[in-house]
Amino acid sequence: MPNILKLSIGTIAAAATATVVFAGGHSSGPPEIKARQSHMQLFSFNLGILGAMAKGEVEYDAEKASAVAKNLATLASLDQSTYWTPGTDSDAVEGTRALPAIWENIPDLIKINTAFAEAATALSETAGDGVEALQAGVGAVGKGCGDCHKPYRKPR
Amino acid sequence: MRKIAWLLVFAAIAAAAGLYITRPASLEDADIAGIEPDLARGELVFHAAGCASCHAADGSEGAAKLVLAGGHELKTPVGSFFAPNISQDVENGIGGWSRVEIVTAVMKGTSPSGRHYFPAFPYAAYGKAELSDIVSLAAYLETLPADPTPNRAHALSFPFSIRAGNGAWKLLNVSTDFAVEVPDDPIVARGQYLAEALAHCGECHTSRTLTQGLDAGRWLGGAPNPSGEGSIPSIEPSKLDWSESDIAYYLESGFRPDFDTAGGSMVEVVESLSALPKEDREAIAAYLKAIPPLN
Repeated sequence: MPNILKLSIGTIAAAATATVVFAGGHSSGPPEIKARQSHMQLFSFNLGILGAMAKGEVEYDAEKASAVAKNLATLASLDQSTYWTPGTDSDAVEGTRALPAIWENIPDLIKINTAFAEAATALSETAGDGVEALQAGVGAVGKGCGDCHKPYRKPR
Repeated sequence: MRKIAWLLVFAAIAAAAGLYITRPASLEDADIAGIEPDLARGELVFHAAGCASCHAADGSEGAAKLVLAGGHELKTPVGSFFAPNISQDVENGIGGWSRVEIVTAVMKGTSPSGRHYFPAFPYAAYGKAELSDIVSLAAYLETLPADPTPNRAHALSFPFSIRAGNGAWKLLNVSTDFAVEVPDDPIVARGQYLAEALAHCGECHTSRTLTQGLDAGRWLGGAPNPSGEGSIPSIEPSKLDWSESDIAYYLESGFRPDFDTAGGSMVEVVESLSALPKEDREAIAAYLKAIPPLN
């Protein structure tokens, strides 16, 4: 095999490998998406513990409910401004259901998030007051989730 | 020449017969005479049927959800529908309508002036309801506030913009029978009534046939999102593996079993259904588990 051909095959192989590696790296998308989804995951994990008590699937535990609700309130109070960089919406990149409308309505998002954080804080103060208080508080937090998921999250 | 003349006459007769067969149907005062409305029942029907989801102004919360000023845009492949004002305003709402006119609109899809409504208004579902429930709903609507917001004309593409065409649609797609057979059980039957006649789940969760009717053979098997983004999930038993209590809790709180939450239009649905008695949400859950699985 002439050297020039070997070289060409080598170049093509290297280029192909590089493409695969690049594509592999690229398909995981911008790190902001992972951060957003991880944050949501933490919400749902903590809500799941409270929800199981609210639904009566596990026995109500005032101390545990308070601790978990405090987690939620803390999570809700975190500054998320670095998560939501422009160009990371569902039209622009794969792997996210965050609709472009988010970036057209930032003041509304802030309003929704503030109300959500207030509901989470209220829950952290009442989660230990009995199962009925927990049910009401979890319901109010759930409403806050819906307020954002209704206009700003793309259906599956 | 004579042949053409005869053809024209024949075509005119066929068109007239077609319009006659598909003419708008109405109820008479006598049909609802003797039905005593029950306001508490009417309020329940109002929430089960999700009236506020479309007829309250976008973004309404709390008491404002009872101001049925309209304006909500329903985007579909044939254009945009704008929900009308059905508040008690005499000029722009339904304040000047008789009770039988309201019942006719809801159950027959016919306006007081005798015109067909577009099926974006789910009268194909509401027509399956008990007459007494809709009379109660009409009486309840009469207790809600007036709002003067003017109506906005639908923006539909031709030929879907022709109202008379809805008569043919009705002929092909409207039936007072339920879509699927379910086991004989009073809770499942209540769930079927709520889901098929009032909550009109099938309007989004069932795909459509060529004539744009709901495909009973794919009942609640999921469908493309009419508004374009993503798809509406299947909720028949071979796909929806949540327990009955998970489904009932979702309809109350919006929380899925994994504690992600409802999104999109389903948020409005949960807001409406959460106002029902717990037993009614449990009945819907029992129905969803009882319908025929598709796979």
